[in-house]
Amino acid sequence: MPVIETQDLTIRFGDFTAVDQVSLSIERGEVFGLLGPNGSGKTTIIKALCGLVRIASGSARLLDLDVRQHAAEVRQRIGYMSQRFGLYEDLTVRENIEFYSGVYGLSAERYARRFAEVVALTTITPYLDRRAGQLSGGWKQRLALACAIIHSPEVVFLDEPTAGIDPVARRALWDLVFLLSGQGVTFLVTTHYMDEAERCGRVGYLYNSKLVALGTVDELKRLPAANPPGTARFEITCPNVMEVLAAIRLLPYVHEATIFGQSIHALADVSATAALAAAVNVTPRLIEPSLEDVFVTLTNQIRNAA
Amino acid sequence: MNLFSGTIPMMRKEFLHLRRDQGTVIFALLIPVVQLIIFGFALNMNVRQIPTIVYDQSPSQRSRELIERFRATDTFALLGHVTSDEELYREIRQGHAQVALKIPADYADRVLEGRGATVQLLVDGSDSTVSGAALNVFSSLILLENQRLSNAGKSIVEARPAVLFNPATRSPNFFVPGLVAVLVQIMVILLVALSVVRERERGTLDQLTVTPVQPLGVMVGKMIPYVALGFLEICWVLLIMRVVFAVPINGSLATLLIIAVPFLVASSGIGLLISTKAQSQAEAFQMSFGTMLPSIFLSGYIFPINNMPLQFQYVSKIIPTTYYIDVTRGVILRGASLSELWVNGAVLSLMALVTVALAARQFQRQLS
Ligand SMILES: Nc1ncnc2c1ncn2[C@@H]1O[C@H](COP(=O)(O)OP(=O)(O)O)[C@@H](O)[C@H]1O
Ligand SMILES: [Mg+2]
Repeated sequence: MPVIETQDLTIRFGDFTAVDQVSLSIERGEVFGLLGPNGSGKTTIIKALCGLVRIASGSARLLDLDVRQHAAEVRQRIGYMSQRFGLYEDLTVRENIEFYSGVYGLSAERYARRFAEVVALTTITPYLDRRAGQLSGGWKQRLALACAIIHSPEVVFLDEPTAGIDPVARRALWDLVFLLSGQGVTFLVTTHYMDEAERCGRVGYLYNSKLVALGTVDELKRLPAANPPGTARFEITCPNVMEVLAAIRLLPYVHEATIFGQSIHALADVSATAALAAAVNVTPRLIEPSLEDVFVTLTNQIRNAA
Repeated sequence: MNLFSGTIPMMRKEFLHLRRDQGTVIFALLIPVVQLIIFGFALNMNVRQIPTIVYDQSPSQRSRELIERFRATDTFALLGHVTSDEELYREIRQGHAQVALKIPADYADRVLEGRGATVQLLVDGSDSTVSGAALNVFSSLILLENQRLSNAGKSIVEARPAVLFNPATRSPNFFVPGLVAVLVQIMVILLVALSVVRERERGTLDQLTVTPVQPLGVMVGKMIPYVALGFLEICWVLLIMRVVFAVPINGSLATLLIIAVPFLVASSGIGLLISTKAQSQAEAFQMSFGTMLPSIFLSGYIFPINNMPLQFQYVSKIIPTTYYIDVTRGVILRGASLSELWVNGAVLSLMALVTVALAARQFQRQLS
């Protein structure tokens, strides 16, 4: 039985369709990544799963409950952490955790046990009596997670949990995510970071409110749509990337070219390997597509088709 | 589903905010004192010590007696004498004096001969309250003087008015009890509205929507600390009224405090309604102060409701302050009891229910 299941989930705001026939099925203990440009509908899907927006058509089930009929029960069993964290900055770390424990109606004993557990898990002990507003971004994020899981939710939504957080804190958060998923907690995470997406067991890519790709990272990288027959991906490393990029984008056998740090990733005809090498004056290296390459290719195809 | 889910943690958290934010509490307790003292003294409608000059055209024993009568009142403050009509008019025109007493040259002779003397009071009419008071007191002074001078000694009809309930007809006794209601209402509305809008701005309200708490529970939990603070404020303002303005409380304090509860809840309810409309703290501030004008001018606090045009009378009926002002004046001045004021309590309770329910519904709607 999937823990999260949507079938042709469609959500409209007036004439605008924010989520268009999205079908997802996520199993217990999965870490599922939801990716897509801003405004593609990621947050709206999470809100629908929390029973917060009206579903125009299709269905959304969580823990085998229809979210439309069982919103209150569903909310008791999920945790939600947004980019804004939802902390009370003038209250201390302890008071924030205590407040959310009260919100979820934990008994005194259960609270005492869970408090010890989440504090140990997030290693926030040294800051318990500090005001939340005085914490750094990384610690705020951990506190927000502690608050979001105080009631031992079975499903946790993380909506861009690492936006604006330093790399060490990001890594620490992901360690926590995997620790909890090992204990059977299901995660649905939205992110813009490709390295985070690569950590997810499965990934869904939303574009223009539609789910355009779904699968493990490896499956997505091998998608036929992302690897058109007769083409290959090349990495071109050279000192003057900007000029080279501008130049090769004009070549007829180069279908796509984007900068990746100090190099260029290009999707080009295999038959033109030699011509490409001559054009850029270095030997292009044949590479596997990265996840980002896949999304760029898929996005371009949809744009061109439209 | 428990409609009040979230009340207790919300209330405890809100008390914590108040404890952290002592500025707000001090603000809530200090501002009324300042306003009370400013309004309480400034709104003194009793006319006292009107600057008065005298033009006595031929000073005599009789005219000096009359001037003494004037000096003995609290209404007139004798500034000095003038010696010509021009000087008299100049003093009034320049605003040095508002009243001039003009005693003709033949005053003493005519009084002695019993021929009927004329005394003139010239009053600057630009302030109607002052001129009205001056004329009233003048008439009664002359009436008394007539009685004193007439050999019969007694007039046939004697007017003896008595003012019930505020025997001194002191303005503070009338205004300060009303001020309690006006001040506390604006304070509670403002604090509640700001506290909700602040949560919305910081994203904590969004966070609450994904938890099992219910809008009604959140609202009620949020209100309780501010109702408590308002209650404290009422006690505090009553204390100042008693001590600083020496206004006695004729009725039972308990009645005043019992009806305060629905009044405070209704005010919080208005604050909650504002918070559902206001997009920012600045807007919440403006809208809260927007409620201040009707609750000052249409609640009977300053102008009697019966004298208002009908439309305004309807408006005054939907303002909680109207009912609580009636209660404060009833208890403090008239010594009215709960059995006489229960209607006000009932209306305020109804208002409390309606505003809180409307706000909760509005929130529910905004969330989905
Ligand atoms: N309550 C709402 N009313 C109207 N439009 C909305 C509402 N919420 C979201 N949208 C629109 O729906 C689209 C998807 O938003 P969202 O799910 O937040 O995107 P994402 O999280 O992927 O950035 C956006 O264009 C947004 O403007
Ligand atoms: Mg979003």
